Amino acid sequence: MTGHWTQLPRNANMEDLRSGYLFPEISIRESEHIQKNPNARLIRLGIGDTTQPIPDIITTAMAEHAYALSTARGYTGYGAEQGNMDLRMAIAETFYKGTGTKGDEIFVSDGAQCDISRLQMLLGSNVTVAVQDPSFPAYIDTSVIVGQSGKLEEKTGKYSNIVYMNCGAENNFFPDLSTTPRTDIIFFCSPNNPTGSAASWRQLKQLVDFAKANGSVIVYDSAYAAYISDESPRSIFEIPGAKEVAIEISSFSKFAGFTGVRLGWTVVPEELTYSNGFPVIKDFNRIVCTCFNGASNIVQAGGLACLSKDGIQAVGNVADYYKENAKILVEAFASLGLKAYGGKNAPYVWVHFPGMSSWNVFNEILQKTHVVTVPGRGFGPGGEEYIRVSAFGHRESITEASMSRMVAIVTTNLSKNVVCFIDAMATPGYCLAEAYVLRKLHNDKLKRMEEEKAKIDDDELDLEVKQQIGCFLSIFKKVHPARAVLKDRAGKEAQSLHS
Amino acid sequence: MSLTQLSSTSISSSSSAFLAAPTTFKARNQNVSIASKKLSTCRCVAAPQEQKTGYTTKVSRNANMAKLQAGYLFPEVARRRNAHMLKYPDAKVISLGIGDTTEPIPEVITSAMAKRAEALSTREGYSGYGPEQGEKPLRSAIASTFYGGLGIEDDDIFVSDGAKCDISRLQMIFGANVTMAVQDPSYPAYVDSSVIMGQTGQFQKDVAKYGKVEYMRCTPENGFFPDLSKVSRTDIIYFCSPNNPTGSAATREQLTRLVQFAKDNGSIIVYDSAYAKYMSDDNPQSIFEIPGAQEVALETSSFSKYAGFTGVRLGWTVVPKQLLYSDGFPVAKDFNRIVCTSFNGASNICQAGGLACLSPEGLKAMSEVIGFYKENTNIIMDTFNSLGFNAYGGKNAPYVWVHFPGQSSWDVFSEILEKTHVVTTPGSGFGPGGEGFIRVSAFGHRENVLEACRRFKQLYK
Repeated sequence: MTGHWTQLPRNANMEDLRSGYLFPEISIRESEHIQKNPNARLIRLGIGDTTQPIPDIITTAMAEHAYALSTARGYTGYGAEQGNMDLRMAIAETFYKGTGTKGDEIFVSDGAQCDISRLQMLLGSNVTVAVQDPSFPAYIDTSVIVGQSGKLEEKTGKYSNIVYMNCGAENNFFPDLSTTPRTDIIFFCSPNNPTGSAASWRQLKQLVDFAKANGSVIVYDSAYAAYISDESPRSIFEIPGAKEVAIEISSFSKFAGFTGVRLGWTVVPEELTYSNGFPVIKDFNRIVCTCFNGASNIVQAGGLACLSKDGIQAVGNVADYYKENAKILVEAFASLGLKAYGGKNAPYVWVHFPGMSSWNVFNEILQKTHVVTVPGRGFGPGGEEYIRVSAFGHRESITEASMSRMVAIVTTNLSKNVVCFIDAMATPGYCLAEAYVLRKLHNDKLKRMEEEKAKIDDDELDLEVKQQIGCFLSIFKKVHPARAVLKDRAGKEAQSLHS
Repeated sequence: MSLTQLSSTSISSSSSAFLAAPTTFKARNQNVSIASKKLSTCRCVAAPQEQKTGYTTKVSRNANMAKLQAGYLFPEVARRRNAHMLKYPDAKVISLGIGDTTEPIPEVITSAMAKRAEALSTREGYSGYGPEQGEKPLRSAIASTFYGGLGIEDDDIFVSDGAKCDISRLQMIFGANVTMAVQDPSYPAYVDSSVIMGQTGQFQKDVAKYGKVEYMRCTPENGFFPDLSKVSRTDIIYFCSPNNPTGSAATREQLTRLVQFAKDNGSIIVYDSAYAKYMSDDNPQSIFEIPGAQEVALETSSFSKYAGFTGVRLGWTVVPKQLLYSDGFPVAKDFNRIVCTSFNGASNICQAGGLACLSPEGLKAMSEVIGFYKENTNIIMDTFNSLGFNAYGGKNAPYVWVHFPGQSSWDVFSEILEKTHVVTTPGSGFGPGGEGFIRVSAFGHRENVLEACRRFKQLYK
C-alpha cells in the first residue's frame, strides 16, 4: 500500500452535508445503545419502518410472478422504464380518479426517496428551492448534493439559498405564504412527515395559487395520503390548476408495507412546462430512461395486486392498524400532559418539549426508557424542541411504549396528569400499560358509580395522589413540575426496586 | 432556449441507395416466436416541440438536459422497432438490438424470490427497510464469489437495482466539476449521465462529440484498447470490459497499463464488468485483479446479463476503502451517503434472488444460461464471418461488432430492419467511434438467432 491519493477533488457539495443522513444516524445510535444495554428491550418508534406483514393477496402475486419468470411464456426482460402500463393505469384510477391524470403521466419507481433525487437531477443546480421547516430530510440533502442550496449558515442551521417555510403549532403547520419569498421549486409534504399535519383544501388552493402567481413548481409528496382520516385532500391534483404547477410523488412503502420491497411513483402532468414551454414530462422521461431502468417486474406485480379491489381493502386494514397505533400514542402523550400534534392524518406524532434540545430529549428517552424516537432537529431548525414518534410497530410495543415505561400518572379527579421519566429509569421493564388500562377502567367505573350513586369502596380506589420527590430528571422539571402521581402498585414496586 | 436543439442529428433520415421496396419475407419457420412486448409509447423522441400557448412556469429548463441530442439510445431503437412492427404487422420481427435477455431464470433463483415474497406475509419473515447498502449475506456472497482473494471486503460492496442506476449515483457524488474520459464507442449511459450532471460542454455536430469529454478511440486497428499516450488527463475514466458494444476484453497487460495511467494522473477508473462472466479468454474479470487498482478504481456490475435479471433489477458497485479524493477523504464514504440519501436499497425480494444466484446450484445454473447466449454469439459470429464481414467481439461478450466500412450505421440499421426485419443497434449510437459498425446482440431464443442469421445470409450473400 502506497497510500496513493487521487487528484480528484472531493465534491464540495458533499462536504456541505456536514453529517450523515438522519435515519442511518438514528440506526447508529440504536446499535450503540443495544451494545451498551444488551438486556434492554428496545422499542423502535424512530425510523418510520413498517412492521406488519404484507397481505397474502399481494405477496402471492409477487411469488407467482417470480415463478413465471422461470417459464418461457412468462419470462420478461427489460420492462418499460416508466413502468408496466397496467400498473400506471391502476395508479391513475386508484389515486387520481376525477383529476384527469392519465397512465402516461405516471412514472413507476423504486420509491419516493429515489424519485426525489431523480427530480433533482432533472431540475439541476440553477434552481431555487423552498422546503417546509421541519421536513423530510431528503429534500434538503439532495438539494445540497445537486448544488442548489448554498452554504450552511452555522448560526441558523440553514442553507443560504434554501427558503425555509416555518410550519409550527403557531401557524397550524401551514406556512405563511404572504411572507414566503419566491423560489422555483416548493417541496410540500402532506400529510406531513414529521409533523403529521395534513393541509386542508383551502390551504392547498392557496399554495397552488401562490405557485401559479410565482411561476413555481410544487413537488408534492403524498406518501402518507392513506393515513388521512378527515376530508383533507389526498392529492395536490384535487386542487384546480394544480396540473400546471405541480409534480406529485408517492410510495407504496407506507401504503402497503413495501419499505423493503421498493415501489413508488411520480406524476408529471403533461401540462407542466418550463419557462420556454418545454414539457417537464419529456425531460423527466429522459432521466428515467437514462438514470434508471424501471422498477422490478416482480415488485410491480405486487403493486398491481395492491390496487385490486381486495388488495386495497387488505392494505387498508394494515394502515388502519397503524392508525390505531397513532391514536394510542396521541392519547398517551395527551394524558401525560404533553402537547402532541399529528397522529390523526399521519402515522407520526409530533411531541413538543418546550425549551429543550430535541437531541437531548431523544437521548434521555433512549437512555432511560429504551424507546427510539427521532429528534425534531433532524428535520430542520424548525424541528427543535420536538420529538417525532412513529406509529409503526407491533401493537404490544406501541402500548408498552406509549405509556413508554413511563409512569402513567393520574389524579383522583383525573384532571391533571404528569409524567415522570425518571421513574422509568428506576423501574426498568415495568410495563405501565397496565396503569393506563386500569386508569381507563377506573374512569369508567367512577362514571358508573356516579350514575348509580353507589358508595365507593375505599379499597377500590387503587389510585391516589402521591408526590414523588426527586423523581424528575432535571430536564423534565421545566415541563412537568413537582406533582407526580403513582399508581399504588407501581409505587410499591418502584419502592421495592429502590430499596 | 432554442428548440432546434431538440431535433435529432444522430438519427439518419436519409435513405441510402440500398433501401429498396420492402420485400415480403416468408418466414421459413412458422414457429418463430416474437418477443411479445407491449407496444408502449416511447417518449424519447427528439422531434421539434411546438411552443405551447398556455400557461408556463417561470422555472428554466435545465440547460444540461437541453444539451442531450436525442432520446437515450435504446428507447430510440425500440421506437424504430415498434414503428416497423406497425408498418409490417405480419412480419416476424426479431430483436437483436437492445441487449435484452430472453431465457427463463433458473428455478433455484426464482423460487428463492417467491419464498422471500411469501415470507413477507408472515410475522417472522416480514422485513421493512433493509440496509441501504444491501443485505449482509448478499454483500458477503458477492465479495467472495467475484472478488475472492482480491482484498475486497464485504462492506466495500454496495448492492443496487442495477449498474445503470449506479452510474448516475456515482455521477451525483462526482458532481459537475469533474472531467471524464470514455471509450469510443461506449455504453451511452456514461456520456449521457455526464451531460445531465453538467460535466460536459455542448454537443459538437461536426465531430459528434460533447465538449470537455475525452473520447478514447477503440478500433480494430488498436485492438479496441486506447492509445493512452494520446489520452489527456481526466478526473474519471469509464472503462467497460468485456466491452459493450465492441465485445472486446482487455488483457491483463492492458489493464495494468490503464491502472498505471490512472495512478500517474491521479484519476479514478469506473470499471464496468457487467459482462465479465462471458469471457472465454483468460483476461481479468475484475479490475481488482490488477495490483494497485484499489487505489484508483471502483467497479460496477450487474445480475442482468448473468441471471436474466434485466427486469428483476439487481446489481452492485465496489468502492474500495483505499480509493481517496485528493484531500484523502474516502470515496466510499460519499458513495455511502448517496446510497443512504438518494436510494433506499434494492428490493429485498430481488436480493434473495441474488443470493440464490450465488449458491453453488445458482452459479451452475447461471453459467448454463450464459453458455447458451455464448453459443448464440458463436452462431452470429460465424454467420458474419462466412459472409466476408469483419466481425469483432463475440468471444468474450454477448455482442458482435460488425464493420460496414464507409456506411452510416443508422442507414445500415434501417436497411437491415427494413429488409430482414431484424433489429440491431447502430454503432454511432455508442459514440462517433461506432460509426460504420452495427452491434448485434446475442440475446434471443435459439430459433430466432438461427432465423436471423438465415436472413442475414439471404441479404448479404
